[in-house]
Amino acid sequence: MATANIEVSETPLVLYALRRADDALILGHRLSEWCGHAPMLEEDMALSNIALDLIGQARELYTYAAKTEGKDNDEDKLAYLRDVRQYRNLLLVEQPNGDFAQTLVRQFFYSAFADLYWRAMMTSRDATLAAIAAKSEKESAYHLRHASEWIIRLGDGTDESHRRAQAAIDQLWAFTGEMFAVDDGERGLIHAGIAVDPGTLRGRWLTTLSGVIGEATLTLPQTDWMQQGGRSGRHSEHLGHLLSELQSMQRTFPGQTW
Amino acid sequence: MYTQALNTAETDDRGLEDAAKAAQFQARIDAEERIEPNDWMPAAYRKTLTRQISQHAHSEIVGMLPEGNWITRAPTLRRKAALLAKVQDECGHGLYLYAAAETLGTSREELVDAMLAGKAKYSSIFNYPTLTWADIGTIGWLVDGAAIMNQIPLCRCSYGPYARAMIRVCKEESFHQRQGYEIMLTLCRGSDEQKAMAQDALNRWWWPVLMMFGPPDATSQHSDTSTKWKIKRFSNDELRQKFIDATVPQAQYLGLTIPDPGMTQDAEGHWRYSEIDWTEFKQVLAGNGPCNRDRMAARRKAHDDGAWVREAAASYAAKRTQRQTAQAAE
Repeated sequence: MATANIEVSETPLVLYALRRADDALILGHRLSEWCGHAPMLEEDMALSNIALDLIGQARELYTYAAKTEGKDNDEDKLAYLRDVRQYRNLLLVEQPNGDFAQTLVRQFFYSAFADLYWRAMMTSRDATLAAIAAKSEKESAYHLRHASEWIIRLGDGTDESHRRAQAAIDQLWAFTGEMFAVDDGERGLIHAGIAVDPGTLRGRWLTTLSGVIGEATLTLPQTDWMQQGGRSGRHSEHLGHLLSELQSMQRTFPGQTW
Repeated sequence: MYTQALNTAETDDRGLEDAAKAAQFQARIDAEERIEPNDWMPAAYRKTLTRQISQHAHSEIVGMLPEGNWITRAPTLRRKAALLAKVQDECGHGLYLYAAAETLGTSREELVDAMLAGKAKYSSIFNYPTLTWADIGTIGWLVDGAAIMNQIPLCRCSYGPYARAMIRVCKEESFHQRQGYEIMLTLCRGSDEQKAMAQDALNRWWWPVLMMFGPPDATSQHSDTSTKWKIKRFSNDELRQKFIDATVPQAQYLGLTIPDPGMTQDAEGHWRYSEIDWTEFKQVLAGNGPCNRDRMAARRKAHDDGAWVREAAASYAAKRTQRQTAQAAE
């Protein structure tokens, strides 16, 4: 018997925490897929480290979401017993690892945003979110440095690495717009000083990107079309496969302690 | 470039002078002094250590694969983070050990190439598959437990860099072992299904783990010189016995049965075990274990797929140096 999905009462604050938790878990999971298979041992270590930071962030955010919801959900139920339509992460973070360039460009786009976002969130009126932000900001700053250095190496490395890095940028660019979108529920949190408006960070995010991409001799796409849907559970086909693997134990052996 | 600073080539002065150096070297070993990278050492000592340390490093790296197999499927977020951190530790051990091996004058690249070419060995245990979550508990408990048994004496190995590396590695391995045992304890206190999963894992891993200590003393090739050089302080059979004596009560506490119906406790309290199937061991070493091909294929794929990344990093580093030189000249 497979375990049924849990129900979550998605009040604006619960939904807010879930979205950020899902971003962190799914990206952490993707990075953990590299463990043992990276281009060099130093990157096995680095990618695992970043994955651990992100999984740690996810755990705090899930725990906060569960506490805020006030039912009998917990971090594991939220992670393991929601189906693809209940996941709220950005489409960007669920994109497959692809080659090393795709993984690092995905990380670069996300970390450049997360670094600004968590720094801004440190002044949240919600003490728990402010504390999570303070920890996440420190980690994101390191993640951004790591990814930036690689974008420059790949872009300004060999012809092949340049071509692969540019292809990754072109492929993933359309998933970046979603980071800055806000719905009505979240707008309420922004007005209350609990969340920050990500739209206000886009200018600085672009400045970070332009600096690194320029030094890497790469270019940002000119297209404006942005893919959306992750925040409301309309995902790419990739997420279902990720979840079937992530959740396999909890679905196969329901209700047990591990 | 640590290795560049070291005197690694053997001098050509053979004969009497070498004999004198060899005697002096052995005297230092007998006095429990540590041999350091710049010290004179017999070529065979260097060769033995390079082989042993690099095999150890390869084992850490290949050992990431069977456990890594469960990172994406760990049953809870806490277990997922702990397993990922553990596999990351193994990678760190690999790096640390390659660095120790490099102090003997062979580069990491050469050592890795030898492994990928099938010329260098890694521990036979990693050629077995991890089929269920209980295998992750069992590897921590038994495989890391056996590794600790082997490695604690290596903290006193005559070669300084290896001995020092082992002190740190052993600390982390002890933590992994407790973590593995805790996974087993949770399973054994869980449902019948979980307990059966734990027993099944023990059944499959027990004998391969005993083989980790290597062939019986009567047939071991390297022990004599390694013992003389204080690289090895206990024989294979001694360590195997120590491990079994430590493990049997742990299995009893879990309520699991060691898959050796012939096992008995002697008057001195030692657990006497049945004959090990050395044919299986030889087959695994010869490349015919259940996962040898998969493990080698995975490591080669990671290496080949990563070649363009390493080339890019090298190319960028060269460009940067060139620019800095040009700038300095202006």
